[in-house]
Amino acid sequence: MKAAAFDYLQADSVGQAVALLSRHGDSAKLLAGGQSLLPALNLRLSAPALLIDIGRIASLRGIAVAGGVLRIGATVTHAELLASPEIASHAPLLTRAIAHVAHAAIRNRGTLGGSLANADPAAELPACALALGARILIDGPAGPRVVAAEDFFTGLFETVMAPDEVLVAVEIDLSPDAAWGFEELSRRSGDYAIVGLAAHRPRHGTPRLAYFAVGTSAILARHAAVALAQRGATPEGIAAAEAALADDLEPHDDPEASAAMRLHLARVLLRRVVGPWSRSA
Amino acid sequence: MTIPVRLIVNGEMVEAAVLPRTHLADFLREQLGLTGTHLGCEHGVCGACTVRLDGAIVRGCLVLAVQADGAAVQTIEGVSDSGEIADLQAEFAARNALQCGYCTPAMLLTAQDLLRRVRVPDRAAIREHLSGNYCRCTGYQSIVDAIEAVAIARSQRADAP
Ligand SMILES: Cc1cc2nc3c(=O)[nH]c(=O)nc-3n(C[C@H](O)[C@H](O)[C@H](O)COP(=O)(O)OP(=O)(O)OC[C@H]3O[C@@H](n4cnc5c(N)ncnc54)[C@H](O)[C@@H]3O)c2cc1C
Ligand code: FES
Ligand code: FES
Repeated sequence: MKAAAFDYLQADSVGQAVALLSRHGDSAKLLAGGQSLLPALNLRLSAPALLIDIGRIASLRGIAVAGGVLRIGATVTHAELLASPEIASHAPLLTRAIAHVAHAAIRNRGTLGGSLANADPAAELPACALALGARILIDGPAGPRVVAAEDFFTGLFETVMAPDEVLVAVEIDLSPDAAWGFEELSRRSGDYAIVGLAAHRPRHGTPRLAYFAVGTSAILARHAAVALAQRGATPEGIAAAEAALADDLEPHDDPEASAAMRLHLARVLLRRVVGPWSRSA
Repeated sequence: MTIPVRLIVNGEMVEAAVLPRTHLADFLREQLGLTGTHLGCEHGVCGACTVRLDGAIVRGCLVLAVQADGAAVQTIEGVSDSGEIADLQAEFAARNALQCGYCTPAMLLTAQDLLRRVRVPDRAAIREHLSGNYCRCTGYQSIVDAIEAVAIARSQRADAP
């Protein structure tokens, strides 16, 4: 189908995008890569009166490493993340995960900021942000603010961002010698996951196990992480973590998989991802 | 209300006025008459609308024509006329890698995108790169065969003294 008619404006700066959002309220939507928004418009699931294109705002672009922090601009595309040597060396979890996001032609347009703002429960990148303990930089009418990834996702396609706020960048503290892992199960390459796990364990500290496609949003399995921290990535630790997943996750039923199957698969992924850590534990 | 755009399509400067809601594939087909770019689903899943935007393959149904302002677009017509993919086209024909042909322009552009980056990809890599392009006729086997054969032939040509 074709999208309903809308107006289109290009924002030159974040300030201008915020001003336009404030002026037009709920009838306006930001357009980044368009790889989630334009399908929704073409299917007429959504019909905003105005699209504000943030794709040409220079300050939203770029990947930088400084002062022990990796900073990724909101409109950095999936393809740029996949090809970036900085990401490969400082956040290899992202490089691995991105290869599972959609297909090459979609990765050439889709952006990190768009994926996080969209908050699809089956998307890879929100879970990566949780696993990496990322900070989300937001700008709005009341000025900039920073939200931890674990406070950012609030539900099905929902985040803490107000409709007149713009996601500006993502920051990740460098974590040398971390253990990490990523696995997802999907029916076909590039499909959204049936169950997925993005995991990161800093050299000193508790692992972070972020599941996606289980329940209404990406979620940290906190009890399982504590079990692993206490007993290590040993067979006993992994067994305890697997048991704890029943307390951590609220799997849903859908035509792809029942809730019970999702919990089972979440445990399978835990073994696959954390099992190899035992060699370094 | 229309918006003026200037872009380069298959090497030629185009100036046009577009409605914001017109996506790039419709613009190419309806306003420029370049009907080699096909539309299957219009929500990003079938890949039939694949075109090159500033050298990178994209979904023509998921880019607005206004977003392509200032860009260089190449369609199947452009890469056919330049001869860039003549060997791929011949191999597709020779191996029955197309039947109805609906998916073919996008398959060719996607295959060429892979071969520009990886000299001789293995069959798994070819399938992975084509994973966003549906073919309802061939069952893919012959498409993968054709791409693999062209990759090998190109690399042998490059190695020849
Ligand atoms: C066929 C298909 C398969 C896909 N498969 C996957 C998959 O397997 N995994 C996956 O994760 N994704 C998948 N995607 C989605 C893709 O990754 C999108 O690129 C991504 O979800 C959204 O990024 P975008 O830049 O395209 O956002 P847009 O579509 O431009 O925007 C999405 C939403 O976020 C808002 N938004 C965008 N940027 C900002 C910002 N900076 N600040 C505030 N709000 C903002 C928009 O207003 C809109 O509501 C798929 C898409 C398609 C079409
Ligand atoms: S028509 Fe664009 S992906 Fe199907
Ligand atoms: S040849 Fe008919 S869809 Fe591919």
